[in-house]
Amino acid sequence: MQASWETLLDGVKKGNERSLARIITLVENRENGWKDAMKRLYPLGGKAKIIGVTGSPGAGKSTLTNSIARELVSRGRTVGIIAVDPSSPFSGGALLGDRLRMRDAVNLPEIFIRSMATRGALGGLCQGARDVSRILDAFGKDVILIETVGVGQDEVEVVKTADLVMVVCVPGQGDGIQALKAGIMEIADLYVVNKADREGAHEVAADIGGMLDIASEGSGPRPPILKTSAINYQGVRELVDVLVHGFDAGKNRADWRALRIKEEILSLMESEILHYLQDKWDRTGDLDKAIHQILKQQTDPYSAADSLLPLMREAFGIKETT
Amino acid sequence: MNNKKIRVLIAKPGLDGHERGARIIAYGLRDAGFEVIYTGLRQSPEQIVSAALQEDVDVIGLSILSGAHLSLTQKVVDQLKSKKAEDILLIVGGVIPEQDVASLKEMGVAGVFTAGSAVSQVAGFISESVAC
Ligand code: B12
Ligand SMILES: Nc1nc2c(ncn2[C@@H]2O[C@H](COP(=O)(O)OP(=O)(O)O)[C@@H](O)[C@H]2O)c(=O)[nH]1
Ligand SMILES: [Mg+2]
Repeated sequence: MQASWETLLDGVKKGNERSLARIITLVENRENGWKDAMKRLYPLGGKAKIIGVTGSPGAGKSTLTNSIARELVSRGRTVGIIAVDPSSPFSGGALLGDRLRMRDAVNLPEIFIRSMATRGALGGLCQGARDVSRILDAFGKDVILIETVGVGQDEVEVVKTADLVMVVCVPGQGDGIQALKAGIMEIADLYVVNKADREGAHEVAADIGGMLDIASEGSGPRPPILKTSAINYQGVRELVDVLVHGFDAGKNRADWRALRIKEEILSLMESEILHYLQDKWDRTGDLDKAIHQILKQQTDPYSAADSLLPLMREAFGIKETT
Repeated sequence: MNNKKIRVLIAKPGLDGHERGARIIAYGLRDAGFEVIYTGLRQSPEQIVSAALQEDVDVIGLSILSGAHLSLTQKVVDQLKSKKAEDILLIVGGVIPEQDVASLKEMGVAGVFTAGSAVSQVAGFISESVAC
């Protein structure tokens, strides 16, 4: 049952969907050998365009993702969809319900959909979604859509891995500007006012435009604002035109890519180091001891961190004076 | 640094619109720590198996209250066979008369959960059946 990495990599190269699905699982679970597999997959990709879709819960991201994917397929492209939903911080479980709204995409053989939970990973979600999009890229998907709820820092990080980021807003949410909170605005390449079949879509679009004008102070072009009604496929063709155009512009600049690569290496190192230390502490009990001391008000988190540092230096063979 | 989670697909095949039980089970399993993929109503056996394969789930849970459990389950089993995916654990819940339980098990269904089944029973059954 547990096919070897070799067999699975071979399957991915040959276009076998089951191998693709299984390799995603193994990489997501960080099974032994995952990084070696990613090393092998990396050079196979690099061609796919990655679109991040973010916005409040219920804005219609899944429905819109479905319509966009359908339109892309009708233009001869193959599509991978990664639908990210939060894990419950209490149980660690997750309810992944985005497929429910992807009625067309689930039936098209050109589309592969994968639901992912955030798994509350230490700096991990961003990397996890990035890994899965690389695997889909290596598999040969032309366009990859990553849907995330735009509420937390984690989600903002995820869409940073995309070539193009689309923020989905809706009329009648009281405050149409809510989605434009700090962090989202800097990363948005375009805004979509979905549910334009409802009243108030023009007002929301105008609000967003006003905000963007203030923010940019008239310097440079501002991101486009489009209106869609995803359930009726209205405005989707125009949206896809803009997306396809955007593939060649903006963030594919070399300096932007260099920045992303730097962030990725740092985040990979960070999670390695954290895992290493946690592993060690699980065995030595040093971390638990420190926690207890703080709880008993014998010390404080700052001192605890300081006293744990020598252990880390020792582990990595670093001299005291750095 | 293994990070495995048991993944479960909850689906309703056929034209059956009774959704409460499936939702209760989906939310309950989430709260028991599983990753639950919920695909909703009116799924064909082909759609269910295709979703299960893309999502690489460990378990498929069918919720059927329409009375068509024997034929629908058989179709899902056939699909799984034709995709060489019989290793996925199959469980069924809903309105299932006592006398049909044996037939379902013969088809390859691992567990049957009828009205009043507690989520904890289902969660326990899955944890025991799926070697982690
Ligand atoms: C509420 C209800 C409705 C509601 C549904 C509301 C909704 N959106 O869910 C309404 C009024 C809409 C309705 C309509 C109909 N209903 Co009705 N309905 C019921 C009723 C009274 C309760 C069902 C329910 O919600 N139970 C509560 C939930 C929590 O229990 P449950 O679904 O059984 O789930 C539990 C377990 O079965 C199990 N489980 C369920 N799914 C799964 C999945 C997995 C993976 C696992 C592990 C466990 C599991 O765990 C759950 C928790 O314990 C049942 C009678 C009954 N005793 O079941 C009839 C019943 C299901 N309905 C029936 C019928 C005939 C109909 C209609 C055809 C009536 C008509 N002529 O129009 C329509 C069809 C609707 C449709 N589109 O399919 C019949 C079905 C006959 C059959 N199977 O042979 C029943 C059995 C009534 C009867 N005795 O005749 N119904
Ligand atoms: N009126 C209207 N409803 C929509 C539209 N797009 C999505 N919806 C509905 O909005 C709800 C949430 O959609 P979903 O795609 O799940 O949103 P998500 O949480 O952002 O992924 C669903 O009930 C959809 O049917 C639209 O264009 N118009
Ligand atoms: Mg969604």
